[in-house]
Amino acid sequence: MSQNVTDPQTLIAEEPTDESAANRARVSATRLLRTLLRNGKAVAGLSIIVVFIVLALLAPVLFPGDPARITSAGASTPSLQHWLGTTTKGQDVLGLTLWGARSSLFVGFAAGIFSTVVGVLVGLSGAYFGRGLDEVLSLVTNVFLLVPGLPLLVILAAFMPPGLGTVIVVLVITGWAGSARVMRSQAMSIRGKDYVAAALVSGERPLRIMVREILPNMASVVMTTLLGCIIGSIGAQAGLEFLGLGDVNTISWGTNLFWATSDGSLMLGQWWIFVPSGLAIALVAFALALCNYAVDEITNPRLRRPKHATKSTAATTVVRKEEK
Amino acid sequence: MSFLLRRLGFYLLAFWASITLNFLLPRLMPGDPVTRMLSRSQQRLEPQQVEALRTLMGVDGGPIIPEYFAYLGRILTGDFGMSISRFPTPVSEVIASQLPWTLLLGLTSLIIAVILGNLLGILAAWRRGGFLDSVAPPLLVFIGSFPYFWLAMGALYIFGINMGVAPMRHAFSVGLVPGFNLVFILDVAAHLILPALTIVLVSLGGWMLGMRNTMIATNSEDYILMAEAKGLRPHRIMLNYAARNAMLPSVTSMGMSIGFIVGGALLTEVVFAYPGVGYQLLGAVQGLDYPLMQGMFLTITAAVLIANFLVDLVYVRLDPRVRKG
Repeated sequence: MSQNVTDPQTLIAEEPTDESAANRARVSATRLLRTLLRNGKAVAGLSIIVVFIVLALLAPVLFPGDPARITSAGASTPSLQHWLGTTTKGQDVLGLTLWGARSSLFVGFAAGIFSTVVGVLVGLSGAYFGRGLDEVLSLVTNVFLLVPGLPLLVILAAFMPPGLGTVIVVLVITGWAGSARVMRSQAMSIRGKDYVAAALVSGERPLRIMVREILPNMASVVMTTLLGCIIGSIGAQAGLEFLGLGDVNTISWGTNLFWATSDGSLMLGQWWIFVPSGLAIALVAFALALCNYAVDEITNPRLRRPKHATKSTAATTVVRKEEK
Repeated sequence: MSFLLRRLGFYLLAFWASITLNFLLPRLMPGDPVTRMLSRSQQRLEPQQVEALRTLMGVDGGPIIPEYFAYLGRILTGDFGMSISRFPTPVSEVIASQLPWTLLLGLTSLIIAVILGNLLGILAAWRRGGFLDSVAPPLLVFIGSFPYFWLAMGALYIFGINMGVAPMRHAFSVGLVPGFNLVFILDVAAHLILPALTIVLVSLGGWMLGMRNTMIATNSEDYILMAEAKGLRPHRIMLNYAARNAMLPSVTSMGMSIGFIVGGALLTEVVFAYPGVGYQLLGAVQGLDYPLMQGMFLTITAAVLIANFLVDLVYVRLDPRVRKG
C-alpha cells in the first residue's frame, strides 16, 4: 500500500502530466483485481488454472522418471495401481496426462503471451501514428485474419524443423492478427481522448504516450485478448500435434491424443486413453473462458444482471408483463 | 459498388500473399524437402519428375525472380504439381475430388450453427435472466472449450462404437454408387449427421453469446422504446426491430469464422475418416507430401476468400449505409 502513496508523488515532482495517467492506471488495475476476486466465475476459473499449474509443476514428484516408459501390460482398464489405466503400449495414462500438462500449458501460455504482445505492438503503433503506417499494418493484419488458420499452421509446421520452439513460433504467426485488430480499434478510441492530446502538447515522446497514457487505459481489453489468445493457442497446439505435426517425442495433451488414435484405441473402445487429455484441454480452456467472461462482465456494465429497473430496461419490463 | 470493388481488391491481395508465402516457405527453411520426400516415395519417381519437384520447391538454387513468376503462372493456371502420396495424380485432381465433401460438411455445420446460435442469442437477450439466458451460455461455453476433434472422438465412441447407431467412417456406404437419388442422399445425410453435429456443438456458444450481447445493447435503443409505445406485437419488435439491427456484427463474424470452421472441419474429418480435404491433409502430412499440402492451403484459402466475398454481398444488402458510403 505504501507504494501506492509514495510513487505518484515522486512522479508529480518529475512530470506533472504523468501523475493522473499512472495513478488512474494503478487504481483501475487494483480495482479490477479486487472485483475479479469477488466474481464467482473468475474465482472458479482461476482456481482450476492454479490446480492445473500446480499439478504440472508437481509432475516430476508425483510420477518420477520417464512417463513414457512401459510399466504394465498394454491397455489395462483403470485400477488402483493405474488410476486412469494404461495405454496400448502399457504407459500410465495419469502420468502421461500430468506430464503433458507441462508442455501444453507452457506452449499455450507462451504462444498466447507472444501473440498478445505482437498484437499490442502492431495495434498501438498503427492507431497512434495513423496514416500510411496504419494503412499498411491494418492491411497485413486483415490478410492474416482472413487466411484460414489451421491450413496455414500445417504448412508452416511441415516446413520448419520439428520442436517446441517451432510450435510456439507457428502459433504466434497465425495468432497475433486477431489481437492486433482488437487493440487497434480500442487504441483508436483512446487516441482521440483529451488527455492524450494534453500529453502530446506537453511534448512527450510517442513511446511514452503509448505505454504510459494509452496502454494502461485499455488494460481490460488486453486482458480479455490475452485470455482469448491462450485459449486459441492451446486448442491450435492440440490440433497440430493431433495431426502429428508437433514433436511426437515430447509428451503433451495433443501428442497423447495423437498416439491414442494412431494406436487405434478409439476403435477398440479404450475410452480411458483418450478421455483424460481431451478433458484436461477442455477444462483449462473453460477456466480461461470463465475468467474472460468475468472480465467482460466487470468492464461492460450492460452485461451485468440488472438489479433495479432503470430507464432503458423499463420498456422491456412492460413487454414482459404483457406476455404473461 | 466501390465498397465491393475495394473488398475484391483486398481478397486478391490476400490470395497473392498466400501464393508468395507458399513460394517462399520451402526456399527459406533449412533442409531439403525434396530429399525427405524422395525417401518416402520409394524411388517411384522418374528423373525428370524429381527435377520438376526440385524446381517447384526451389532446391536447385536457380534465380529466384524468374522462378517466382513462373510459379505464379503455374498456380494461376491451376498447376500445383504432382502429389507424392497419391502418385502420379496431379495435386489439383486430388483436391478436386475431396473438396466437395469438405464444403458440404463445413457449410452444413456453419449454416446450422449460425441460424441456431443467433436464434438462441435473440431469445436469451429478449428474456434477460430467464431460463435460456442463465443455463445455456455457461453450458455452451463449456462444450465450446473442447477441441473439435476430441468431441468428434467422443461422439464416434458413444454413437458409433458403443451404441452402433451411427456410421463409423466415410461419407457414404461402401458399394453405393454416387448418384442423384433418394437412397444415396439419405445415406450421405446419415454419414454427415455426427461430424456436422460436433462442429455445430462446439461453435454454437460463440454465436449465441455474440448475438446476445449485441442484442442487449440494441434493446436499450430509443427506437425499441418507440416501437413498444406504438403497441407493436412483441415478437415483431424482437425480430424486425431489435434482431435485425443486432445482426450486423454476426454477419461480419460469419466471414471471419469460415476459416475457423474449415479448420475444425479438417480435424473432424480425420476422426471420422470423412473423405474431405482434411482427411487427405493427414495423408499428406504422414507422406511428407509437400506439393499436396501447399495445394490444399491455396485451395482452402481461395475457398475462404470467395466465401468472404459472398458474405460481403449479403452485408451490402443488409446495411444500406455501406451502399451509400
